[in-house]
Amino acid sequence: MSILTDVVDWFTTAEHWRGDLGVPHRLTEHALMSGAAVVTAMLIGLPLGIWLGHRGRGGAVAINLTNVGRAIPSLAILALTQQAIGLRGWPGFGARPAFVALVALAVPPLVTNAYVGMRGVDRDVVEAARGMGMTGGELLRRVELPIALPLVMAGVRTAAVQVVATATLAAVTAWGGLGRFIVDGFGQQDNAQIIAGALLVALMALVTELVLARVQRAIVSDGLRAEQVRVDEVLTAA
Amino acid sequence: MRWDWVRDHGDDILAATRQHMELTLIAVALGLLLSFPLGLVARRWRRTAGPILGFTGILFTIPSLALFALLVPFTGLSRTTAEIGLVGYTLLILVRNIVAGLDGVPDDVKEAAHGMGYRPLGQLLRVELPLALPVIIAGIRIATVTTIGLVTVTGLIGQGGLGAFIIEGINRDFRTPLVVGSVCSIALAVVADVALAGAARLLAPWSRR
Repeated sequence: MSILTDVVDWFTTAEHWRGDLGVPHRLTEHALMSGAAVVTAMLIGLPLGIWLGHRGRGGAVAINLTNVGRAIPSLAILALTQQAIGLRGWPGFGARPAFVALVALAVPPLVTNAYVGMRGVDRDVVEAARGMGMTGGELLRRVELPIALPLVMAGVRTAAVQVVATATLAAVTAWGGLGRFIVDGFGQQDNAQIIAGALLVALMALVTELVLARVQRAIVSDGLRAEQVRVDEVLTAA
Repeated sequence: MRWDWVRDHGDDILAATRQHMELTLIAVALGLLLSFPLGLVARRWRRTAGPILGFTGILFTIPSLALFALLVPFTGLSRTTAEIGLVGYTLLILVRNIVAGLDGVPDDVKEAAHGMGYRPLGQLLRVELPLALPVIIAGIRIATVTTIGLVTVTGLIGQGGLGAFIIEGINRDFRTPLVVGSVCSIALAVVADVALAGAARLLAPWSRR
């Protein structure tokens, strides 16, 4: 298996771990960009989805947002934002349009899952809470949100993994990140670099998913563990 | 927009659309072929549900470009590479919906079927599957629309259907093919979604609200 030894060689070459083109820099770049995009998208999407769910309004919009988002290829969003705001010669060429595209892709699953989670709260429970004299705000914070949390977190996980994946594709348009190794590897027909890049990207996506699953387990009440396979959780891929 | 480019490339756009549909159709069909046994196993032996959903979940989590890149050294810049990756992404969605659809069949109905003398296979095919159909078709819709989007990424490994236009647009910094590829791909996804929603209504008229 010469390809395996080639990949091992690639990873053990000191040059690949140094400077702006090295693994640590690309990894940091990828992580910072993804983290910033997910946090920004959460700040936009979660309050919106939670509020719409709490008020029981805008259901068609909240649910179809993800369907619409899914129909638009992430490569197309990246390329179109690049065309729209990626003026060559401007500072941050490549990074700014990539960031905007990533946020735009991450918002829909956040809104939809938060909305579905909030609407999924048993109406009897809501009635009981109101009967106990809870105000709208108390109901939201102490009853609806904790019960909706598994789906809210499912949205965060889906959005985060999708952002990590799409940030990889941003190497095709103009940005850096770990996708550079894959795209440059294709360009140079360098299989070792392609595989090394792919392994790094896959690892990053899986670690993101695992860490967020842990967070979810830590913050969701034990009584809300799903034994059944859920289909209300909205999934997206890139 | 350069409309003369669109006029000159009418045949290419049609051919790319056809390739896009083929790649999607093969991926979803193979995905269903694999998901049914997986879903049935997961439901028959509950302990296998975790590992099956876990494995298909890992496949779903790996970014598409990385999955294609991992396959290229072995299966080349080929349609096989594209299909392996695309099928991989349909599995989680399809298995999940097949299991949940079958789980949703009320116990009373199953008991009634059993009482009427249905054998397990007959009960599955003639009672449980038809009742699970709306949820299963909902899964097929999500899988199909997701696949249509992901097919564009296979443009990077020499396939891609309409994705080839998007990549041409990026590489040449030329907006027209980029917009044409994007718009046609979105249109394809919408048409497929609406068609499948229509199929669900025809096949399961009782679920119509």
